[in-house]
Amino acid sequence: MHIAKDLVAASATPLVLGILAEEESYGYAILKEISDRSGGRLEWTEGLLYPLLHRLERLGHVESSWRTPEGGRRRKYYAITEEGLRELAEQRKQWAAVTDALQDVWKATRALAPVAPPALEA
Amino acid sequence: MTGTDTELEAQIAEWRSYMLRRKAISEADVDELEDHLRERVGDLTESGLKSDEAFLIAVKRMGRMDELSREFAREHSDRLWKQLVLDPDRDAAAEAERRRGLLVMLACAALGVVAVKLPALFGYGFDGSGDFYGRNLGLLVLAPLAAYFAWRRRLGAGAIGAVAGLFALGAVANNAYPLDADSQSIVLSAIHLPLLLWFVVGVAYAGGEWRSGQRRMDFIRFTGEWFIYLVLIGLGGGVLTAFTVGVFGAIGVDAEVFISEWLMPCGLAAAIVVAAWLVEAKQSVIENMAPVLTRVFTPLFAVTLVAVLVAIGVTTNAIDVERDMLILFDLLLAVVLGLVLYSISARDAAAKPGVFDWMQLALVVSALLIDVLVLVAILGRITEWGFTPNKSAALGENLVLFVNLAWTAWLYVAIIRRRKRFAVLENWQTGYMPVYAAWAAVVVLVFPPLFAFA
Repeated sequence: MHIAKDLVAASATPLVLGILAEEESYGYAILKEISDRSGGRLEWTEGLLYPLLHRLERLGHVESSWRTPEGGRRRKYYAITEEGLRELAEQRKQWAAVTDALQDVWKATRALAPVAPPALEA
Repeated sequence: MTGTDTELEAQIAEWRSYMLRRKAISEADVDELEDHLRERVGDLTESGLKSDEAFLIAVKRMGRMDELSREFAREHSDRLWKQLVLDPDRDAAAEAERRRGLLVMLACAALGVVAVKLPALFGYGFDGSGDFYGRNLGLLVLAPLAAYFAWRRRLGAGAIGAVAGLFALGAVANNAYPLDADSQSIVLSAIHLPLLLWFVVGVAYAGGEWRSGQRRMDFIRFTGEWFIYLVLIGLGGGVLTAFTVGVFGAIGVDAEVFISEWLMPCGLAAAIVVAAWLVEAKQSVIENMAPVLTRVFTPLFAVTLVAVLVAIGVTTNAIDVERDMLILFDLLLAVVLGLVLYSISARDAAAKPGVFDWMQLALVVSALLIDVLVLVAILGRITEWGFTPNKSAALGENLVLFVNLAWTAWLYVAIIRRRKRFAVLENWQTGYMPVYAAWAAVVVLVFPPLFAFA
């Protein structure tokens, strides 16, 4: 299934902040995490992820640090800040409102899949 | 280490050097992307691919370089702006674009020369009509600059209308008000109209996106660089003028009329557009200079201001607020603000607070104290003698600067104590810019009728 570009862009910030709220992480791991969580349906490009991470850092929602794990390569880790947690809570409220409204609308328009067709219910 | 490993290292090294040529992607970003690439190559090799196949797929997955670079540029417009018009790996299209930019610059510089000399046809010679040029010089030289940016940025019809309308408003108000040549208001207008129009040029510079904080920050950078280029061109022009006078004097020809009527006004009008073009075309030549200048002068100005404060404290002499002194102190505070703005625009927002930030704080706080002393002196004069255009304008300017400096100092303290991010200060400064424009507009448009054209 292809997910529209606008939708990918809109959901990008809460997804990244949500993943970082669990624990600090780095670019490649975040990308994999997003792919796993969406069952492979959300395929982000590096051109989306890294500029987004840098913007979140500029806005103060995440902090980055270069570290070298034992026996590993130097790597840039991102961690969420207090401000980022607040932003995440705010985004969550907004998304809840949107999904609530959508659920409501889906229920009303029974003609649409994946809800059972109205003929069967009658 | 096996042969394929060395091969992979060589491929990654080559990939790195390609990435580093992109001006929107910094070295740290390339490090980060390289880590990403290696991680993906590792995963793909684990799933059974050979390392060269894995490398190909990983690079392909990362997307085309120009697309990646464009996405980075959207976030890091401060780097994009360093992108040379004279890019080293330019292609034919870039070459044509460069030539077009050059032609637009030449056309607008010529327009500036015509704008300055055209009034002479209607009897407003440069020597005879000091009053006319005092009122309109800013208008005449800045309009071509606005036209240059409108052209270069391919401004939409709405934005062109807004910029042209604001210029027209300034022109009408400035010339329709019945101001005497020796009134205070005319001097104030001559100072504030160019200031106001500079912000209008900023709207054109930002390509109409004047609400964007990043575009405003770009404009602040541009202003600093433009000023440096203008001063450099002015110095060169001074040398040229001196030689012209001397050489023609030696052969018994008086070149003074040519210089005052043609060389200086036309040179200034053209230099304003040429400097703007140079800033955009030769960005990387000078970008190392402006931050160095601020680094050198921030501590020096801080020491000077502290010395002034100490001298005032020791002698308990109040500040003498005659007209010249007022202008001097306003200029001093404006220069301090310029230093602060410029070092903010040149500072990496992600860098940790350091010694230089303390220096900045010292500069801002001492400027703030001096501003308070000037404000007290002006208020004293006003309660004693009443409001005049000069004192009111000075009062307003010092209040505008006071609010900015006070909040800047407060934010700096928070930043140094790591309570706030540096970006907050950037946002404050860019958000405050319309206040200067609004105050300049008030002085130009509202003051003359308010003070009965005194």
